[in-house]
Amino acid sequence: MAVATSSSQVLNNVEAVRATLYEALKNDDKVVILGEDVGNRGNVFLITKDFVKEFGTERIIDTPIAEASIVGIAVGMAMEGLRPIAEIQFADFIYPAFNQIVGEAAKTRYRSNGEYTCPMVIRTPYGGGVRGALSHSVSVEALFYHVPGLKIVVPSFPADVKGLLNAAIDDPDPVLFLEHKKTYRLIKGEVPDGHYVIPIGKADVKKEGSQLTVVSYGLYVHWALEAANQLEGDGISVEVIDLRSVRPMDKTAILESVRKTRKLLIIHEDNKFGGIGAEISAMVAEEALFDLDAPIRRLAAPDVPAMGYAMPLEEAYMSSPAKMADAMRDMVKF
Amino acid sequence: MASTATPRTPDFERHGLSDEQLVAMLRIMILHRTLENRGFALNRQGKIPFASASEGHEAVQAGAAMAFERGKDILVPYYRDLGLDLGIGLTSYEVMLSLFARIDDHSAGRQFPHHYASKKLGLYTISSVIAAQTSHAVGAAYAIKLRKESGRAVLTTFGDGATSEGEWHESVNFAAVHKLPIVFLCENNEWAISTPLSAQMGQPDLYKRAAGYGMPGVVVNGFDPVACYAVTKDAMDRARHGGGPTLIEAKCYRFLSHTTDDDDRSYRTRAEVEERRKEDPVPAFERALLEQGVLTKGSLDELKASILAEANDATDRAEAVPYAPPGDLFTRLYEGPWEPWQ
Ligand SMILES: Cc1ncc(C[n+]2csc(CCOP(=O)(O)OP(=O)(O)O)c2C)c(N)n1
Ligand SMILES: [Mg+2]
Repeated sequence: MAVATSSSQVLNNVEAVRATLYEALKNDDKVVILGEDVGNRGNVFLITKDFVKEFGTERIIDTPIAEASIVGIAVGMAMEGLRPIAEIQFADFIYPAFNQIVGEAAKTRYRSNGEYTCPMVIRTPYGGGVRGALSHSVSVEALFYHVPGLKIVVPSFPADVKGLLNAAIDDPDPVLFLEHKKTYRLIKGEVPDGHYVIPIGKADVKKEGSQLTVVSYGLYVHWALEAANQLEGDGISVEVIDLRSVRPMDKTAILESVRKTRKLLIIHEDNKFGGIGAEISAMVAEEALFDLDAPIRRLAAPDVPAMGYAMPLEEAYMSSPAKMADAMRDMVKF
Repeated sequence: MASTATPRTPDFERHGLSDEQLVAMLRIMILHRTLENRGFALNRQGKIPFASASEGHEAVQAGAAMAFERGKDILVPYYRDLGLDLGIGLTSYEVMLSLFARIDDHSAGRQFPHHYASKKLGLYTISSVIAAQTSHAVGAAYAIKLRKESGRAVLTTFGDGATSEGEWHESVNFAAVHKLPIVFLCENNEWAISTPLSAQMGQPDLYKRAAGYGMPGVVVNGFDPVACYAVTKDAMDRARHGGGPTLIEAKCYRFLSHTTDDDDRSYRTRAEVEERRKEDPVPAFERALLEQGVLTKGSLDELKASILAEANDATDRAEAVPYAPPGDLFTRLYEGPWEPWQ
């Protein structure tokens, strides 16, 4: 249970995003927020509620419904010296902006040989378990993590949200910032006061253990922790790593842990084929195959377009702490 | 290809330009054509893998460039804009570095030719992706407006084909909503590679779309550099002083194939191209300046000789510059050190 202290507050993830954006707007005139319904409505999750009153409609921009240009305009703003934070209302609607993210933002510095840069953040809520149906539930990280030039952050604890969002806003390169919808109000935690930064690309060991390494991110880190803590009672010791960033990825943290526990289970909400787990498995196989005592295993979503709206279809798609505990137990026994 | 038809000289109105400015425009037009022809020659000699040309676009580009204020305005062009880039200050040497893809090219040899990027010139990094630049231009115009920088505007250009992209519409619409300091200049050459206007849009007058967005729409003869200057200047001045965006359609023509990798004989007749050649804006503007006494035969010859000398010198100097070493692949992707995944 998180408790507030004199130098920290207990916030949920929505509040952590909101507080961080607020500070950024306050501290730097160059910061602007643009997206659908971010102004008068204050974003569909009320993350930017009332910002428009304090910072004005010129800095909190309600855009037309046009995702490609929301990102493209942010690219132009960034090249012209602003610090835009573009919002895609739901990750499921990021596809029209694919070219601007992959073809433009990620290549601005590279193709101009450093003459122009693109310091911008694209924030978007993603993920399921909220009865979001086919088109308000997807995970998009694997569609983007293939792309050099981007940074992709997926924090799931309020303190990490703040530190990584600060890092993303300060970053001289484009950052895709993914916020899991189900963690928005569910997950609360202590968040230090004042400005601090968590470096992008550093994983965090959320629970130490000796018999198995679990690598995860997003909502599933919380479920993996629940499962691991439960197994602790049965004398099973599982280490849980929260990647926090998927590009760059913290190879060192993964390898260190795997060399210690000698077993690796990767858990993610996105589907398995070509997912984040594929790259981690390949990397560990290349670097540490002979340090392993069991085949690498991936627990990921089924190979279908998205979860269904009907409860059984959502449940069939999503994992659960119980399923995770089973997989962990199997791996430790192996 | 030499045309036997009698050439036409357009009616010619100065719009307040001095003799020097008129000659400067002609110089850019001839230089533009000379450097592009050099690209074709180098391609045929096997020295460079690819070249493209914009014969037929010289007038609109030289004219629009004359309306651009160096050191203040921002240019967000597309790939077929060499004349515009030269007109705002790009040098022949930089052009040849780009054609040869040498290390000192703006992209250090990463991009196709004529994809420049220069903060000094206010020239944004050029994308090969059709219409992707229009939203960048709008973002830059938004920044200018937010900072209340009166007296500055953005000029962005694109082909007729680009106006079919959704993002083009998104950008023009956003600029209209916010009354941004920007000018959208369409270089309508009637072709998008092999696709004629009739297959691209239901009515061929692009400028008419402006009314639907709520901004002025202007059409201009893209073969008349001075008229192109005048409408661009008018629109840029309006944009610079709070008057909002304008859509300009300059009707021109693409005389050559799309690039060295295209053969236009497969989709349009020689008769069509011959007919349009009669309006070739470069010889027409030469004739106009001679007729008006702005140039004499002698001074025109001198001008051409100096352009050729400049092109030759730039070619020799650029060819002598090395390529980027292979390790350069790993530079300037992110700021600061990064570890490539391998
Ligand atoms: C998004 C995108 N689609 C397709 C292409 C391939 N392409 C390159 S140029 C071109 C035609 C463009 O025509 P237009 O906009 O009229 O410009 P022009 O070349 O005629 O000046 C096409 C289809 C591209 N570069 N980008
Ligand atoms: Mg065209």
